[in-house]
Amino acid sequence: MEVVIMGCGRVGAQLASLLDTDGHKVTILDIDAYSFRRLPPTFSGTALVGDGIDEDVLKKAGIEKADAFIAVTQGDNRNVMAAQIAKHLFNVPRVLCRIYDPLRKDLYEMLGLEAISPTTVFAHLLKERLETGAKGTKANLRKEK
Amino acid sequence: MYILVVGGGVVGYYLCRALIEEGHEVLVIEKDAKKCEHFLDELGSVCMRGDGCEASTLSEAGTGRADIFIATTNEDEDNLVACQVAKHKFNVPRIIARINNPKNEKVFKKLGIDCTISVTNLLLEHIEEEIPTHPLVHLLTLARENLEIVEVKILRTSKSVGKTVKELPLPAGSILSLLIRNGQKPQVPSPDTLIEAGDRLIALTPGDQEETLRKALTGD
Repeated sequence: MEVVIMGCGRVGAQLASLLDTDGHKVTILDIDAYSFRRLPPTFSGTALVGDGIDEDVLKKAGIEKADAFIAVTQGDNRNVMAAQIAKHLFNVPRVLCRIYDPLRKDLYEMLGLEAISPTTVFAHLLKERLETGAKGTKANLRKEK
Repeated sequence: MYILVVGGGVVGYYLCRALIEEGHEVLVIEKDAKKCEHFLDELGSVCMRGDGCEASTLSEAGTGRADIFIATTNEDEDNLVACQVAKHKFNVPRIIARINNPKNEKVFKKLGIDCTISVTNLLLEHIEEEIPTHPLVHLLTLARENLEIVEVKILRTSKSVGKTVKELPLPAGSILSLLIRNGQKPQVPSPDTLIEAGDRLIALTPGDQEETLRKALTGD
């Protein structure tokens, strides 16, 4: 699979590395070359400096042949714009983006985007963890006595 | 009319002021508290603090009854998203987006935001107009028809000087519609009109033929 990732933060870099290890062809974009320090030395994909909402940069990154595009920059709107460009201008078959703000998720679904909100995912995960350990709460301990 | 403006920067501020003077109901949405305060001090309660890309903020601002929605921030991605929310969620009938990177004009159109104003292009055009040696100046773009209305100045060195209009290798689809000559009334050039140095021609041309038109009139 050919994948273009926009944003080489912690998530972007780790995802790039995982996909690269699995043998996929990865191109990762970031506006700051310093971000690429997060990529492991074994990374065999392409790291490209450029703005992922710029069509020409996306073309250079091979978006026209890409099977998937993933937008994981810090800016929600930036991710949404890039994802729409990938989906509607370049017809990339699979487009995913990160949206911090869970309030906006409906909107993105309305625009036909597949968005993941780490805020929601993490909040649920924390709640789940807390509940599976609920046996250890003070109330339950009192009951056991 | 009820007009919503997203972004309280310089553009947002002066736009708001002008619209109020024209008697419209205006509300500006701005994230920055300091900028909001400035609006309050100068123009009264016409500014709401919030993120203009968020549906809840826009709902609170009464976007559902807005006649016009204008996004004026200096971030293209923010303008795009704000306009898309206004369009898809609140069905605002008229939406206008400021564009900073001229490249994004095409992107916005493809993503459903038709009315865009490219600040950078506007500035360039005005600067071009002020450069006297620049032979071709854009006056107007008819985007839907893909036509440009341009002004061409005939210099002494131009190849077309001393030729008649019918002798010029004008590109297909272009029309010389007006001739402005010093000390004379503007006239519609005929095929037999002789081109003189100092003439100014207003011409209509297909967008991709502009360079050919320039060459035909001024030569290289």
